[in-house]
Parts: sequence; C-alpha cells; structure tokens
Amino acid sequence: MVQANDPFVSFKGVQKSYDGETLVVKNLNLDIASGEFLTMLGPSGSGKTTCLMMLAGFETATHGDIELGGRPINNIPPHKRGIGMVFQNYALFPHMTVGENLAFPLKVRNMPTAEVEDKVRAVLDMVQMLAFIDRKPAQLSGGQQQRIALARALVFNPELVLMDEPLGALDKQLREHMQYEIKHIHENLGVTVVYVTHDQSEALTMSNRIAVFDDGIIQQLADPVTLYEKPENAFVAQFIGENNQMLGTVQSVSKNIATVKLEAGDVVKALAVNVGAVGSRTTLSVRPERCIVTAKKSAGTSSLDARIEELIYLGDHIRCRMSVAGDDQFIVKVPNTSGQLGLEIGALSQIGWKNDDCRALDFNEPV
Amino acid sequence: MADSQTASLEPITAADGTPLKKKLAQALFRSRVRAVSLVVPLFAFVMASFVIPILALMWQGVYNDRFSSHMPNLTERLTMWDGLTEPNEKMYEALVADLKTARADRTIGRAATRVNQEFPGTRSLFTSTARKAKKLKPPFKESVIKANKKWNNIEVWQAMKITSQDLTPGFYATALDGRYTVDQGFVRQDENRQIYVKLFWRTMLISATVMGLCLLLGYPVAYLLATLPLRASNLLMIMVLLPFWTSLLVRTTAWIAILQSQGVINDLMVFVGITADDARFSLIYNMTGTIIAMTHILLPFMILPLYSVMKTIPPSYMRAARSLGATPTMAFIKVYMPQTIPGIGAGGLLVFILAIGYYITPALVGGQDGQLISNMIAYHMQKSLNWSLAAALGGILLAGVLVLYWAYDKVIGIDNMKLG
Ligand SMILES: Nc1ncnc2c1ncn2[C@@H]1O[C@H](COP(=O)(O)OP(=O)(O)OP(=O)(O)O)[C@@H](O)[C@H]1O
Ligand SMILES: [Mg+2]
Repeated sequence: MVQANDPFVSFKGVQKSYDGETLVVKNLNLDIASGEFLTMLGPSGSGKTTCLMMLAGFETATHGDIELGGRPINNIPPHKRGIGMVFQNYALFPHMTVGENLAFPLKVRNMPTAEVEDKVRAVLDMVQMLAFIDRKPAQLSGGQQQRIALARALVFNPELVLMDEPLGALDKQLREHMQYEIKHIHENLGVTVVYVTHDQSEALTMSNRIAVFDDGIIQQLADPVTLYEKPENAFVAQFIGENNQMLGTVQSVSKNIATVKLEAGDVVKALAVNVGAVGSRTTLSVRPERCIVTAKKSAGTSSLDARIEELIYLGDHIRCRMSVAGDDQFIVKVPNTSGQLGLEIGALSQIGWKNDDCRALDFNEPV
Repeated sequence: MADSQTASLEPITAADGTPLKKKLAQALFRSRVRAVSLVVPLFAFVMASFVIPILALMWQGVYNDRFSSHMPNLTERLTMWDGLTEPNEKMYEALVADLKTARADRTIGRAATRVNQEFPGTRSLFTSTARKAKKLKPPFKESVIKANKKWNNIEVWQAMKITSQDLTPGFYATALDGRYTVDQGFVRQDENRQIYVKLFWRTMLISATVMGLCLLLGYPVAYLLATLPLRASNLLMIMVLLPFWTSLLVRTTAWIAILQSQGVINDLMVFVGITADDARFSLIYNMTGTIIAMTHILLPFMILPLYSVMKTIPPSYMRAARSLGATPTMAFIKVYMPQTIPGIGAGGLLVFILAIGYYITPALVGGQDGQLISNMIAYHMQKSLNWSLAAALGGILLAGVLVLYWAYDKVIGIDNMKLG
C-alpha cells in the first residue's frame, strides 16, 4: 500500500528555527505516499504544528525542501498549494453561514453558482449536516463545527488534507465517533491526510503510519502495530502504550539476545534492539501485558523476584503494581483467568517474560 | 396532564415552610437593594451635573419670560390682542406704564434685548422711548407715536406679541432659519439671513469627512497594532496615545505652525517645486485647516475601538481563508474586514459624535468657513447672550446625535459595538 518510490509529499532535510538560536525541527526527512493517512504524534512543543504549517505554506523552512507531487513548493504561496486544512479551533468564518463557509473555497475558484450549490449540498450530506446549512457557526455545537470544518477542507477536492488536532476540543465519546468518521471519509475519498495529534490512541486507531516526534526529530516512523510491538527507542516505548522500563548495563550480546545486568544486581536476557557495545548502558522495556506472574522460575524466560504492592480489579484483567528490582512502580496486567485469582497484596512471587518481549533499547535517563 | 395540574395546586415550599416563590422574591429584593445602593451616588452625581443642567438648558430653548416678567401690563394686553388690528389706546397705555417702571428698575434693556432678538433694530426704540416715558401724556397712542414714529409699525407690536408668550417655538424656528409670526405661523427667514441650516450641513459634512479620514488613516494602523509582535506594537501604541497626553491647545498651535502659509508644509512644497512662492496653499484658517487638525485629534478614538476588535480576531481565520484558496487581498476583504465592522461602527460613531460638537479646534484654526455649529452656539452663549437660541441649536444637535445613534442601532446593533 505504501509506495516509498513515488512519494506524494516529501520533506527533504527540512530544518526550522523561529529565533535563529534553536532548531524547532531538526533535519526532517519524511515521505508520504498518495492516499496515505499519516499521523504526526508527539508531546507538546515537539514541532508537529510547525511541520504542518511549513507544508501548508504559513511558515517557511529555514533549510531543506518540501515537495508536493514531485515539485518543490517552498516558493508557492499557501493559496496556490491547493491543500485542505482543518484547524484546531476550526476557524469557521463567524460572519458567514455554514453554506457560505463551504461555498467560500469554491467561489474564490470562480466556480459557477449552480455548481457551487450542488457541491456544498453534496459535501454537507456526506458529513450529515445538510439541515444546518443556514446556521451561523456560533449556533453549532463543537462536534457540529468540527464536521463543518472537515467538510470545508474537503469541498474543493484537495488531494492533500492537513488536520491539526482537529478533535482536541471534543469530549471522549464524540472524539471516538469522529475518529471513526474521519477514517471512513479518508477511505471513501482516497485523499492523503496528514494528521497531527498528541493522543496516542487516536493515532493508533486512525493511521496507516505514525511519525513519532520528539524534540524536533522523528523518533520512529512505522505502522501502528510495529510502533507498539517493536519500539526502536526508549522514548517511543514510553510514549506509545504503557511499558515498564528498567536500567542496566550490557554484559554480552549473542544472537540478538543481550544479557543485561540491572542496577539492582539481577541479570536478565532481552532482545537487543538498540544497544551499544558490551559495557554500555541500556533501557529495558517490557509491556505490562507481556509479563507473566509465576510461582517459580521457568526455563527460556527471564525471571525476577517481585512483591505485590497494589491490586486493581478491572474486570477483564487485574492491574497489579509490584516491586521489582528496586522499582515499586512495575505494572503487570494479569488476565482474569480462573487460575490467577489467588493474588494478594504483600505476596511474594516471581515475574518473568519471554526474552523477545523484553526489548533492550538506548539508554534514557528516567525523568 | 392531570398529574401536573394537581401538583401545581400545592405551592412548593422552602425548607422553613414559606412558599418558594416568596422566599425567592425576598432574596432577590435584598440583592437588588444592595445593587441599587451601590449606584445611587453615581446616579445622583450624573443627575446633578449632567441630566438636570441639560434638561434646564433644553427648557430654555422653548421657554423665555424676559419680556413678560418685565412688561406685565403690556403682556396682558398683548395676549388679548388678535395681532392683526391696529393696536388700541389701552395697549399704548400699558406700554407707557411698563416702560416707566422698567426704566425705574433699570430692566428696560433686558426686555428690549428680547424683542430685538425677534425684530432686529428695535432695541434703541425701547430705550429711547423709555427715557421719555415720564413726560408722555394721554392719549398715549398719539404721544407715543409722536415720540418715535416706529411705534406705528404693526410689526413691532407683532414682535412684542410673539415675545410676550413665555412658551415659544420661536427659537427653534430661528435655529432652523425660520421665523414664527403672529399672522402666518412659521415662515422661512429671508435668503440673506439664513445661516444655521447651512452651518448644520457644514458641520455634518466636516464631521463625516473627518470620520472618513480617520477610518482611512486609522484602519491600517489598528491592523498593524493588532498583528505586530508585542514589542513593536507597544511602541506603536505609545505613538498613537502620545497625542492624548499632549494638551489640545498645544497640538492645535502646532498645527498652526505647520500649516500656515509661511509654515513647514508650504515651505517644503515651495522648496520641492510643487507650488510657486507667491501661490502658497492656504491650509489653515479655513475648512481644510479644521479637517486636518480635527482628524489628527480624533484619530485615536477611531484606532482604539478598531484595535480592540482586531485583537480578538485570531490569525487562523486569515490562514484558513488562504488555505482555502483566497489570495491575501481576497482573504482580507472577505474574511477579515467583515469581522471588524463592530469596530468600524464604534469608532465611526464615536468620532462623528465628538466631531459634531467640536469647538476649540475650529475656533482656533477654522477661520471663516471652518466654523462649526458649536462655535455658533458658543457665540450665542458668550457674545450675543441669546441663551435660548443657543439652547435651541444645542437641542437640534442633540436630536441629530440621537437619530444617528438610533440609525446605528437599527443597522449594526448597539450590542455589536466594541469600545475596548
Ligand atoms: N511563531 C512562533 N515563534 C516562535 N516560536 C514558536 C512559534 N511557534 C512555535 N514555536 C516554538 O516551536 C516549538 C514547536 O512548536 P509547535 O507548535 O510546532 O509544537 P507542537 O508539536 O504543535 O505542540 P502542541 O502539541 O502543543 O501543539 C515550541 O517550542 C514553540 O514554542
Ligand atoms: Mg500544535
């Protein structure tokens, strides 16, 4: 599906600085295929909006090229780029009705009035808002405004649509509903979407690929499954989903399996993903649902002594906070199967995982 | 249906058993009393210093008892007179009697002035006849006319009949270049004595021009203020406010220095060669001077409301418009400008209303044709001492402003106005 050979949008060595002192975006290389849904995910201030603004033409790249359909667009003004955009606060024109808002991009393109009318109705129908055509934006709820903003960005058939945290202002339920709808529209229309969010579940639900941003750098660019299952560095492992991190020193590496001595003294085995030479420091990352609580050590797995500190009953699983290797924030999700109900606070047990489920990543000083 | 009816029969009660409605009313009453007591001092101040004086002045525009209070006997006779027949002996007798007392009380001047306002040139008639009043013998009609034959002119008597009425539309008629007469009611003033209506129009025209210029000059400045980075916009704001901190007189005098025919601008234009040395522009002591100086003085009143509106317009609207394909110009006209209409309305109204009543600047730099109606009002207050006419002129001006305000409310809506 993703064709890396003929990218539709391409960032080539893009850098951006606002003040001439710090780089907000550092050497961004990113290819986006036609029809792809790509999400930029990252903490606040990581430069996501800045990248989007450079693509839309509201900010200029300090260095590097941005190409759209194979042409460099650095010198093309925003109104000639033909990129649809959904803003975080929707930016619906308050003095125009919903219909006028939608007709705006068509009128500035000198489309005949009758055609404008048809097009506006068609796209309003698509977002199920036809009944609201004569309302002013102020008379709409947040979710309704969101749909109109989406419709307005799509009404002139752009090939590329940018969305900057479009669901940020909505409540959880509406947000999930809209995620589904946006995904649906994307699939039906086949437009390329670049989507910005700092909500990881949103990114996982909607995207073909996710670019995880931190500190102006793409930490990892991959599809949701890979991102969750195979994080390449400690930041991604930490940022996507829940994980337990342990710090240690590499003792030896053989056949991709590293032997790591933890700071508390225990020795465990882990998949060597992103580790330096023997003797370098590393961060081990294990997902809570990949940990196995057992009574005694078993072969082929690493195993540590653990003490149960807290139990939270969540129905389908039990969330278990434990002290492991000097860390009392170690989380384990125990599936609610009949054999597991004997857990008790204060009980001592063993905790283990398959060697492949524990990833040895770059060293990342915990904050 | 039946359920809700039975329920509504029993009043809902508060915790202590009193009906909820009564309890609520009590609570509201207390908070209302508190609110009222907070505004009472201000209300009293505004009443005493603003509303009452204005009402008193407005009253003067239609009420003037100068004549009737000093010429009581004659007033009585004039009321009975139909205003068309020859004045009879009784009226002359009353005239002589009143002239005598008025002369003794030294109030003859006041009554004479009042009639003179209605029929110019009659002041000396009263004072000279009053001087002779003691010696006049019956029959008074003949002796009075003998003393001064102008008394034979029925128009003098008609003017006295008009002025003897305390409650009169005469001043408003005068303020609108008309005259109120005994026989024909309202008539238009002679062509060469019509000044006020023309002056009202000129005031409107100058105010509208000043408003237009302020908008033209102020809009880009307000836009810069609202969009520049903080440091630059702060500096600009200081420059906008600087005129506020300078005395009006100093500013106006500065304009005199700059605009006069030997002033900076003319010197510059002669130097550059735009005009010959002997054909310098007259930029001051005329309408041009008034417009230039007033535009400068009123500019901040346009910029500040505009700025306060523009500041609330997030830049994302312009960005959205441009991402939708509008050129920067188009985005500005179609998306930005419509959102600034409340500011344009507020600034325009403010500048227009201030301009309409402007007084010092036109007086200093306006010359002959740069005078506004307010200068005429001041003239009647201070020089001609015809307060009633001044009040009538002021009343018309006030009515004009109220009409404007009403029209604004209809067209744009006062709620939409943003002053800061
Ligand atoms: N106009 C600007 N001038 C100067 N610095 C800016 C400007 N816009 C953004 N920055 C800085 O650039 C960095 C990246 O900002 P950006 O808006 O791209 O973050 P983001 O990833 O979109 O964050 P968020 O999730 O909070 O929206 C931040 O440190 C921010 O302070
Ligand atoms: Mg952002």
